[in-house]
Amino acid sequence: MGGLNYTMIDTAKLSTAELYGKTLTDLAEDHPEIVGLTADLAKSTKIGVLGEKYPDRLFNLGIAEQNLLGTAAGMALNGMVPFVSTFAVFTSMRGLDQVHTDICYQNLNVKMIATHAGLSFGQAGSTHHCTEDLSIMRAMANCKVIAPADGMETAMAVRAAYETPGPVYIRINRGFDQKVYDNPDFGYELGKAVELHEGTDLTIIACGPAVWSAREAANVLERVDGIRARVLDMHTIKPLDAEAVRAAVHDTRRLITAEDHNIVGGLGSAVAEVIAESGKSCAFRRLGVPDTFSIIGLHEDLMAHYGYDMNGILETARDLMGADFEDDDDWDDEI
Amino acid sequence: MGVEREELLRLEEKARDLRKLIIDTVVWAGSGHVGGALSSIDIITLLYYKYLNIDPTRPDWEDRDRFILSKGHIGVGFAPVLADLGFIDHKLLKTYNHTGSELGMHLDRAKVPGLDASTGSLGHGLPIALGLGLSARLKGQSFKTYCLMGDGECDEGSIWEAAMAIAHYKLTSVIPIVDRNRCMIDGRTNDVMILEPFCDKWRAFGFNVIEVDGHDMPALCEALDTAAEAQDKPIAIIANTKKGCGVEFMADNYRYHYASFDAEKAEACKIDIDKYHDARAAAL
Repeated sequence: MGGLNYTMIDTAKLSTAELYGKTLTDLAEDHPEIVGLTADLAKSTKIGVLGEKYPDRLFNLGIAEQNLLGTAAGMALNGMVPFVSTFAVFTSMRGLDQVHTDICYQNLNVKMIATHAGLSFGQAGSTHHCTEDLSIMRAMANCKVIAPADGMETAMAVRAAYETPGPVYIRINRGFDQKVYDNPDFGYELGKAVELHEGTDLTIIACGPAVWSAREAANVLERVDGIRARVLDMHTIKPLDAEAVRAAVHDTRRLITAEDHNIVGGLGSAVAEVIAESGKSCAFRRLGVPDTFSIIGLHEDLMAHYGYDMNGILETARDLMGADFEDDDDWDDEI
Repeated sequence: MGVEREELLRLEEKARDLRKLIIDTVVWAGSGHVGGALSSIDIITLLYYKYLNIDPTRPDWEDRDRFILSKGHIGVGFAPVLADLGFIDHKLLKTYNHTGSELGMHLDRAKVPGLDASTGSLGHGLPIALGLGLSARLKGQSFKTYCLMGDGECDEGSIWEAAMAIAHYKLTSVIPIVDRNRCMIDGRTNDVMILEPFCDKWRAFGFNVIEVDGHDMPALCEALDTAAEAQDKPIAIIANTKKGCGVEFMADNYRYHYASFDAEKAEACKIDIDKYHDARAAAL
């Protein structure tokens, strides 16, 4: 990934969205076809940084998300590469008909960088939480779906999105993320999981802020329990790295998914589909928001409340290690 | 631009022939949105045979004028135009709606050369037109983008979101045209959802409005000429039309939003269309 000029210091002092804004502005310098669009959330999503440098290339369409996404489609039809930023809840739901018909159906080169995803705007409540977008956007043909783990990975994902033709949806958080990556040399590739921790006892597959929790949990499991957990940062939900999932099933026979999203339809469901079609059995648990509208609170408190913070993952991993699934006497494979 | 009598007669003939081809296409398709196709066809004829700067041999030419068929359900009224101009093979019309055909009820840009956007879900066209217009301005292109909407379609909030933005950006290169046939699937627009004061609504959203008879070619020419020269304030054209225009039993009848008929009835339609256009030509 040439030209990425961010440092540890940047990722420490800039929020994830600020890193997005900086990356986009850098890309725009080299690529005049890049434009930005927002719906009165230039500041909150940090796409406004683009407008500070290139005022004529940022379009604020007011609080009108359907028009926002349709306009982006029109620009893409004329050869521009529009980056669209509003909150995830509005990108994936308020303007979904336009996302579906104008952008995905026509396979247009629109990059949707949706912020305040998952429960990261925790105190705002369910009108501003977004725990459905991975499920919704995964069902849009032609669309690639990415949930980066931190600011550094967001910068990589935004660049990869530019280099990948067609619609891309990236969901990032409000504010700062726990830092997972210290430098850009970790081999980011769209559609390929990153192995953050080696292991053969079980595999934790995570995306977004749950990646940091998963890695911390794996460290504790190794130190305290002697359990070796493989941790996969599954930043790309679609196309999913099915090979990495199948390898995890084969190598570890125990899988946990962790995501800042409803357990219905997101990463856990995508992984479950691969497991089911692999024809191999394994012990499997999905961690995330348990098909409910969330309580209000700080993001990290909500992750703890619903059991996909470090402690929640730890507890599930220990439980799963005790699961007796291999000697299933009732299994009848004679049919 | 203006229009000479000879050209008008040629355009009248073209509209007549396209009306008949639409009727044939509905028969080939088995059924279709014939009412709205016939209310729009005079507007589309003028755009495609007089106003749009296009080249059927280069459907992707980047400086061409754009036409966004926001009322995407009248594909059955638009595909005949693309076939007549040579964008698509005329024979394709006979496959309309057939399994695996390139042509379905709502046309797909990926399959239909000359189609500037895939539409069908209502209220989408004007935002797309806005995006085309804004990007053209940024790139220094001078093409115009015409967007044809239904009046019932204007119930959709996204039309007004885009209208507000077109006025905000003083984007006179985007020309919204409303086919005001006063009908929608479930009844008259006045009965289902009142749009009036319709022209005032567009004015309130920042447009100069030209209200015109959408089946009067000279009047439509004047409106399109004026709209093309808008300077600081965009112009919306509200074209008063009749659903099913040209066929007596369909004219102004909302029940012919979508219809099917056999070859015999189609011939009766064509006799009506001849009579209707003879009268129009005689009045020129």
